[in-house]
Amino acid sequence: MNTNKSLDDYTVEIQECVKCGNCQAHCPVYNVTHREGGVARGKIALAASLLAGEIKLDKRLREDISLCLMCGSCVNKCPNKVPTHEIVGAIRREITESRGLSLIGRAVSTVIGHPKLLKTLAKSGAVLSPVLLAKVPSASGLRLRFHSPVMQKRTLPQVTFTNLFERYPEFIQGDPEKPVVGIFSGCSTTYLYPDTGAAMIEILKHFGYSIYFPQSQVCCGIPALSTGNGKLVEKLAATNISSFAKHSVDYILTCCASCNGGIGEHYRSMKGDTGNFTDKVMDIHVFLKKQGIFDLIEKMSIWENQTRVTYHDPCHLKTQGITKEPRELLNVLPNVDYVEMEGADLCCGLGGTFSVYNYDYSKQIGARKIDGLKECGASQIATACPGCIMQLQDSINHAELPITAIHILELLEEALKDRLT
Amino acid sequence: MIEDRIVQILGEIVGSTNISREKADKITHSYDATQQSYLPDVVVYVKNTEQVAKIITLANKEKIPIVPRGAGSGFTGGTLPIMGGIVLVLTRMNRIIDIDTDNLTAIVEPGVVTGQFQKAVEKLGLFYPPDPASLAFSTLGGNVAECAGGPRCVKYGVTKDYVLGLTMVTPTGDIIHTGGRTMKNVVGYDLTKLFVGSEGTLGIATEITLKLIPKPEAKKTMLVYFETIDGAAQAVSNIIKNKIIPTTLEFLDAATIDCVRKGSGLDIPQSCHAILIIEVDGDADILDKQTQKILTIVQPSGVIDTRIAHTHEESEAIWAIRRNVSPSLRKINPDKFNEDIVVPRSKVPDMIRAIEKISREFDVPIINFGHAGDGNIHVNIMVDLKQDGMKETAHKALDKLFTAVIEMNGSISGEHGIGTAKSPYLNMEVDECTVSYMQTIKRIFDPNNIMNPGKIFSRDS
Ligand SMILES: Cc1cc2nc3c(=O)[nH]c(=O)nc-3n(C[C@H](O)[C@H](O)[C@H](O)COP(=O)(O)OP(=O)(O)OC[C@H]3O[C@@H](n4cnc5c(N)ncnc54)[C@H](O)[C@@H]3O)c2cc1C
Ligand code: SF4
Ligand code: SF4
Repeated sequence: MNTNKSLDDYTVEIQECVKCGNCQAHCPVYNVTHREGGVARGKIALAASLLAGEIKLDKRLREDISLCLMCGSCVNKCPNKVPTHEIVGAIRREITESRGLSLIGRAVSTVIGHPKLLKTLAKSGAVLSPVLLAKVPSASGLRLRFHSPVMQKRTLPQVTFTNLFERYPEFIQGDPEKPVVGIFSGCSTTYLYPDTGAAMIEILKHFGYSIYFPQSQVCCGIPALSTGNGKLVEKLAATNISSFAKHSVDYILTCCASCNGGIGEHYRSMKGDTGNFTDKVMDIHVFLKKQGIFDLIEKMSIWENQTRVTYHDPCHLKTQGITKEPRELLNVLPNVDYVEMEGADLCCGLGGTFSVYNYDYSKQIGARKIDGLKECGASQIATACPGCIMQLQDSINHAELPITAIHILELLEEALKDRLT
Repeated sequence: MIEDRIVQILGEIVGSTNISREKADKITHSYDATQQSYLPDVVVYVKNTEQVAKIITLANKEKIPIVPRGAGSGFTGGTLPIMGGIVLVLTRMNRIIDIDTDNLTAIVEPGVVTGQFQKAVEKLGLFYPPDPASLAFSTLGGNVAECAGGPRCVKYGVTKDYVLGLTMVTPTGDIIHTGGRTMKNVVGYDLTKLFVGSEGTLGIATEITLKLIPKPEAKKTMLVYFETIDGAAQAVSNIIKNKIIPTTLEFLDAATIDCVRKGSGLDIPQSCHAILIIEVDGDADILDKQTQKILTIVQPSGVIDTRIAHTHEESEAIWAIRRNVSPSLRKINPDKFNEDIVVPRSKVPDMIRAIEKISREFDVPIINFGHAGDGNIHVNIMVDLKQDGMKETAHKALDKLFTAVIEMNGSISGEHGIGTAKSPYLNMEVDECTVSYMQTIKRIFDPNNIMNPGKIFSRDS
C-alpha cells in the first residue's frame, strides 16, 4: 500500500528554503492577509521549528497551517522548489493524528470515504440547495467542500439529477487501432458537472478511442488531503489504483485539474510503488494535443458569431507546467474568440476545503480575478477544473457581472456539435 | 520580556488581533533573507502613522527595542530583532495614496510592494526605475530604508534619487515631514537624504513621496554569451567608452551560469564562461540602431552567441534567469556570505581577478554576478558551515575581499546595507571620526537607543 510521507521525510526540502521571500509575490493567501504566517516561507519556518521540537501544534500554528490553499503557486516560483503544499499536507496529517479530525474533516471523510452515501446524497440534488440545506445531514462531502453555515452567501450551480456513472457503461469499444483511455471523472464532475464529464466522453468517442470508465473509482483524495486525513487518502489511492488495474488502459484521463493533481502528483509523492498508474495519468487537453486533435480542430471553418472567451489557470495544472495546452485549444476553437486576461494565473481561492474554513479569505482571493476579467471583455471564462468553475462563478455572481464560467470541453463539444450525435 | 501591562496598551493602540505574543508569530517574524533568526517579544501589525507614533512613544518611554519590518527580504539582517522587543510590521500599510500625472509624483505607504507600484504607474505611462531583484516582493519602505538599487540604476540611479519627501516617525515618537512634492527644495537641511538608507535606525517612514519619470517608449533586451569573464568586463568598458549608457549591464560569471543553466530553459553553450544581460530603452526607432551598435562594440571581446528578446515574454524570461540567481546558489553549498561590493567601473576586471585569487587561496567557491555597469558585484562565498573551521576561513576570505575593495577605492556595500551582517567591517571603509559623527546623529535622534538597536554600528565600534 502507498503511504503518505511524514513531516520528517521533508527534512531536506525544509532546509532548502533560503528565506528569500519570493513566495510572497505568488501566494494568494499572503496577498490578502499580508501576514508572514500565511506565506510559504512562514509555514516552512514553522515546519522547521516543529522538526526541531521548538514549537508544538499549538493554536496559532494550526491557524497558519490552515491558511493554505495547497495550490502550489509558491512551489512553482520557488527558486529551490520547496514543496510547501506537500509539507503543509504533512503537518495537517500530524495535527489530525494528534488531535483527531476536525468537524469538517470528519464529515468530508464520512462522505467521500463511502461512495454509496456520496451517490445517494448527490442524487437527492438537495445536497446543494440552500433552501433545503437545513434538512441535509451535515455529512455531505460535496456540500462541505463548497458549503457551510458560515458561507450561506455562496452561489451554487444548478444540480442535475443523473450522475455520470448512470449515463455511461464501464466500457465503450472504439477503434481497435486507437489507444484505450481510462476516465477518472472525480466527484465534482461526476455529481455536480456531469455534463462536462459527458462532453469529455462524447469527444473521446467521436475521435474513436475505446473508453474504460470503472465505477469502482472513488474520490481522488484532495479534500481528505486538505483536511489532513492521511489514512483516508491512502485508502482512496489504493481503491483507485486497483480500479484501473482491472482493465488494460494506455492513459488515465482527467478533466478536473484537482483530480489530476490528486491521482497524479500526490500519488507520485507517496511512499511505495504505484505501478505505472501515475505515469498514465494525463490531463485531457494535453492528451488531445498529443493525439493531434488540435490540428484537426484548427481546420474547421471559423464561426461567424464567435464567443469572446478568456482562460483561468487552475493551480493544479499551472504548477505542473500545463499552461499552454488549454490556451492552444481555445485558440484553435472555431467558435471561440480567445483573449488573455490579466491575472489569468491568479488562484480562484477554492483550495480543497480551504474555502469552508476561510470563506471570507477565499472570497477576497477570488475577487482578485474580477478586474482582469472585466477589462478583457470576455463573456465567458473557460477553465479546466470544475472546482474553479464553481468558485469563479461565485466570484462573478458577487461582482454582478454577466459572465459565465465554463469548462473548455463544453466549448469543444459545442464546436463539434454537428458531428457528435 | 515585555510586561503584560505594555502588551495591553499595544493592543489598545492597534486592536487585539493585530498584536501577538504567540510562539508561532514570534517564529514567523524572527528572520529575513540572511536566514538568521532571533525571536521578538511581540509582533505588531500597524495600519497608520498615528498608531506607529503611539507605539514608538510608548516604546521610548519604556525603553523597548523596536524593529521595523517590511517584506523581510533584507540581506544584511536589518529587520532581525537581535535584542528582542517589538517587531513592527508595515505590510498592511500598503495603499498607493496618490499618483499625480501632472507633476509626475506619487505618494505611497511604506508597505506597498515595489513591483506592484511599478505596474500601477506604468499603466498611466509613467515609470519608477529602481528595480532590486526582489521587486516582486520587497516593500518601498524597505527599499527606502536600504536605498535599494538594481540593474536599471546604471542609467537611472538608485532609490534615493527618487525620494522627494518622507513622513517619518522619529524614535521619540514625533511625526516629522521632510522634503515635499517638488523637484527642487532647499529649505533647511536635507533630512530626506539622511533618512534614505538609514536602515530603520533613525525612525520609521510611514509615507513616501516619490519622483516618477515618463515611461520609455520601448526597450530591448539582449543576452550575450562570452568565452571569458575578462572578455565580458572588457566589453562593458568598451560600451561605456563609446559613450553609451544602456539601461542595464548585468553580468553572470561561470559558476553562476552553472547554477542557473538547468533551470533557465536556454541551452547555454558549455564554452560560455560569462554572460552579459544588456538592455537599452528609449524611442522605438532608435533601439535597433543602438542594439546593433552595442553588438558591434562587444563582438571582438570573445562573443560566442547573442540572443535578442523580441517580445515582452522573451525579455521577462531573460530577467527571470537573473532574478533567480541569488536564491538558487544553495545548490553549491548550504551557507553563503553574500556581499555586494562596488568598485569603480574600470576596476571590475581587476576585482574579478582578485576574487578568483581569494577563492583559490582559501579553497572556497566564490560566485559573482551583478551590475557590471556601475561596478557593483554580488560576491557570494559559498561554504558549508558544518565543516570544521569553515566560519573562520570564510571570515578570513571576507577580510581579504574587503581589503581589496578598499584598495581599489571601492565600497563594501552598494545596496544591501550594513545591518548586522557587515557592521564588523564598517570601520574598514569609514574612518573613526566619521563613524563617530554618524553615531552622534543616531544619539540625537534616538537618545534611548530603541530604534532598531545594534544595526549598522557593531557594538564595539
Ligand atoms: C532574492 C533577493 C534579491 C535581492 N536583490 C536586491 C537588489 O537587486 N538590490 C537591492 O538593493 N537589494 C536586493 N535585495 C535585498 C532586499 O530585497 C532589499 O534590501 C529591500 O529593500 C528590502 O525590503 P524589505 O521590504 O524586504 O525590507 P526588510 O527586509 O523588511 O527591512 C529592511 C530594512 O529596512 C527597515 N525598514 C523596513 N521598512 C521600513 C520603514 N517603513 N521605515 C523605516 N525602516 C524600514 C528594516 O528595519 C530593515 O532594517 C534582494 C533580496 C533578495 C531576497
Ligand atoms: S520562495 Fe522558496 S526558498 Fe524562497 S522563501 Fe519561499 S519557500 Fe523559501
Ligand atoms: S500552497 Fe498556495 S496558499 Fe499554500 S503557501 Fe503556497 S502559494 Fe500560499
